[in-house]
This record gives sequence, C-alpha cells and structure tokens, in this order.
Amino acid sequence: MSLADDQPIATLDTRDEDEIQRARAARIERIAKWALPVIIMILSIAGWAWIVTANEIPHYILPGPDRVWGSLVDDWAMLIDAAFLTGRITLLALLLAVIGGAGLAILFNQSRMLELSFYPYAVILQVTPVVSIAPLIFIYVDSKVAGMLLCAWLVAFFPVLSSTTLGLNSVDHNLRDLFRIYGATRWQRLRYLQLPSALPYFLGGLKIAGGLSLIGAVVAELVAGTGGIGSGLAFRIQEAGYRLNIARMFAALALVAAMGVFIFAALSILSHLLLRKWHESALSRET
Amino acid sequence: MAVRRNDIKPLGQRAPLLRLNHVDKIFNGDVVALRDMTLQVNQGDFISLLGPSGCGKSTALRLISDLMHPTRGRIEWEGDHGRGDLGVVFQEPTLMPWATVAQNVWLPFRLSGKGYAEVKDDILEVLRLVGLEKFLNAYPRELSGGMKMRVSIARAIATNPRLILMDEPFAALDEITRHKLNNDLLRLKDKIGCTVIFVTHSVFESVFLSDRIVVMAARPGRVLTELEVDAPYPRGEDFRTSNEYAAHARRASEALREAMGEPA
Repeated sequence: MSLADDQPIATLDTRDEDEIQRARAARIERIAKWALPVIIMILSIAGWAWIVTANEIPHYILPGPDRVWGSLVDDWAMLIDAAFLTGRITLLALLLAVIGGAGLAILFNQSRMLELSFYPYAVILQVTPVVSIAPLIFIYVDSKVAGMLLCAWLVAFFPVLSSTTLGLNSVDHNLRDLFRIYGATRWQRLRYLQLPSALPYFLGGLKIAGGLSLIGAVVAELVAGTGGIGSGLAFRIQEAGYRLNIARMFAALALVAAMGVFIFAALSILSHLLLRKWHESALSRET
Repeated sequence: MAVRRNDIKPLGQRAPLLRLNHVDKIFNGDVVALRDMTLQVNQGDFISLLGPSGCGKSTALRLISDLMHPTRGRIEWEGDHGRGDLGVVFQEPTLMPWATVAQNVWLPFRLSGKGYAEVKDDILEVLRLVGLEKFLNAYPRELSGGMKMRVSIARAIATNPRLILMDEPFAALDEITRHKLNNDLLRLKDKIGCTVIFVTHSVFESVFLSDRIVVMAARPGRVLTELEVDAPYPRGEDFRTSNEYAAHARRASEALREAMGEPA
C-alpha cells in the first residue's frame, strides 16, 4: 500500500496534490457505493443468525437466515409461480396506468373543460386508500383478475396523470410562441413540442407508478384471497402466516422486495436510455 | 438552392413590405405598452428598434408576428398573401433540446408539412451559411451559447421568410461572441438580402447593423425619432473604427438619452 501510494506522485508530475486527492476520493466513493451496502447486509444477517442462536428463539417465532434460505430453496417452485402471478398483475396494471394516466393527461390538456370536470374526481380516487376500496371492488367485479387489475390501476395511474399533465404544461414559452408564429396545428404542437417536453416528467411519474402498482397488486391479493386463478406472493405470505411457517413468510417477502427493486431498476434504465442524449438529469457525472 | 439572394435597393427606393398604422397596445385597460406607433417597413430594410426597457420594442415585435393584436390601429402587409413566412430569433436560442441541430432547423419546414429528405439540401445550406455544417447531428447541449444562437438564426432564415424578427438575440452573450455574431449577421444579410427588424438596447449594435434606427421611449412606449445610417454595406471592422461610425453612434446616443428623459 505504501509503495503504491508513493509511486504516482513521483511519476505523474502533471498531477498536483489536489487532483490526486480528488482521484483518490472518487475511487473510494466508487468502491464504497457497492461495498458498504454489501457489508451492512452481511453484518445484519450475521447478527440475525447470532441473536436467533444465542437466545434459542424457536423457528416459529423468528427463524434464522439459514431456515429462510432453506425455505426459499425448498419452496422455490411454488414461490416462483406466485411471483410470476403477482408480477403479471403488477406489470399489466402498470401498463394500464400508463395508457390511462398519459391518455387522460393528453385529453385534459386538449380540453380545459374536460380537465375542470374530471380532475377533482381523479384526485378523490387517488387520496382514498385502496385498501378501503378493494373490498367493494371485489363485490361488484366478478373476475378476480379484473378486480386485482382495477385495484392496482387505481393506485398507479395518478402519478402518471399528474406528472404528465405537469409536463405537457411545462413547455418553454418561447418555443410555444415559435410554434404559433409558424402556424402549427394543435396536433403538431402536441406531437412535436408538448409530448417531448413532457417525456422527462412522464418517466418520473412512471417510476413512482411502478412501485405503486406492486403495492396495489399486493393489497388486491390480500383482499381477494385465492379463487381459481392460483395464488400470488401476498397470498402466500398470508397463508404461511396462518400455518406459522415464518421462514416461508420471509422468503416470499424477500421475493416481493426483489420484484420492487427489479421494477425500479428497469424503469430507471428505460428512463436513462430515453433521455441520455439530451436531458440534464441523464448527463453522466464526468462531463 | 432554396436560399435565394434578394437584391437590396438603396434607402428611399425600396418597395414597402409592411405598415404599422397608429398602433396602440393597452394591457388591462390602463397599461399603455405602445402608443400611436406608425412605421413603414420596406423590403431590404435592416431596422433597429432602440430604446430603454418598457419602451414597447418587444410588444411591437409580438404585434407584427401576430402573437397579439393591436388595441387600436392596423398592421397592413403588402400583397395578397397577408403575413406570409416569418423568421424569428428570440433572446434565448429557443432550440428543442431533444432534437439535433438539423432537426431544429427542419422545424419550420416540418410544420408546413415538408419531409426531411425534401428540404435536406436547404437545411445543409443554411447551416453552412452560419458555419455549423459539421454539427448537423449534435444536440443543443453540446453547443456553446454562440453556436446555439447560430442554429437559431439558421432556423429563422431557412424558409427564406419575407421578414426576420430578432428580439435582442445577442444580449445574453459575452461581448466577444456578440461582436463576432454581429459581423456574421451582416455577412449573412449581404449574402441573402433579407429584411430584418432587430430589437436591441445597445447603441453600438444598432449603428453597426442597421440602416434605419427607430428610437423609442418608455412610459408610455412610443416612437421618438428615426435615424438613418447611410453607410454602405458590406460593413466590417473598418466601419466599426471609422469617424462616420462614431458620429452615428453619437447621434443615436443623444437620441436615446432624450428617450430616457435626460437633457441631450
């Protein structure tokens, strides 16, 4: 270590003390970004295992990490089926939220009267907790899948609607004038000016909606229970709880969390790919 | 080549293009942005609207470009086609950040229904005129402030408009860049022979660029007087250092001081 520290100063005479300092700080930051969370995870799992063994906690109260891992491996086939089911509802709801949210935003943007008429109701739908609407939905909607989709959609569409609405209205006013001077039609203004301006806002709303649609799907499962369509992760958690199979509860929970992370990461990558050429938020940190 | 060269006749022999007839613009019933403005714009004129903030320069441009309508008076265009094509350059480059340089210049064509392939040569040619032909596929954020302004100018001249409106286009740039863009703008004008209305509050810019300076006063916004700068184009660095230039600048400064309400 001391050798490596001494050499660069001697050979790279164009780099002064400040730059070396900065480079070192950047290198440490780069490693720490990954290493620290991993260390924290290892420490907490070790601590968890130690508490369970040291206190001889019975596994039906708190299983050790080894048992949770065992459950994840043993019940993998069942859990992965459940994950696919929950994932399908989540993604479908997200898709519908995008179509519904962005579509409504465009409609509202094109017609002020429509916006004045319906926007308050969109807000009311949003602020009413989905848990309290879900039981009603399952009374009136026969199909379990449709009911679950509706629940997930209800929580997920609003962020898309509100952020897209904001984006459509955030057009640079000089560009708006320019389009008017050039005699752009309403459609041209929407297509070439408002939609591209709204894209970063829309993608921000989409990231939030991704997480919310998972929450919506989980809530819907808990309310709907099982019924002909197989069982999702949330239902598995509930069911394992009834059987005091705490290890499986943790295993299913880990899968739900992993799904949430996956959705967020996928949407972040999508957002980066769409914006990287022009938007400030996607500029790489080096430039 | 779509960008054609229009011949510019000497002052006094030019055909009229546009007339503002006793135009008033009043906001909210009592804020007089512009009072009784009468101005004839002729083909080939390079007119500067010079005046302090609040003198109605920008209001005049917005009225001419039909973004707002006069409270009283009329704006009359020569010919049967009404306003026709306009080119506009704002104080900000006003480029679409999601579009490349070429796509930005394509905009006025695109809005009149022309495909890219159809006008590709025109786009290339105007970009060559402003010296940016190598930056066809660059995005605005990759360009400097001066380069963005050149793209904006290229877009304004691309459709060969009857009139180009420029609203303090170089005010936000540093002095050196502004100098260079002033020279380039005149070179461009000599090449394509356009008609320009140029809003500025720089005496030196107005004298260097234009052959007519309309001096305006504030509260209420109005035309105070008009000066002619009869120095021939092309104008270059030797004009900038000539006694003639200094004399014109002195006259314009005096008029501007009067417009600001100070004794000349």
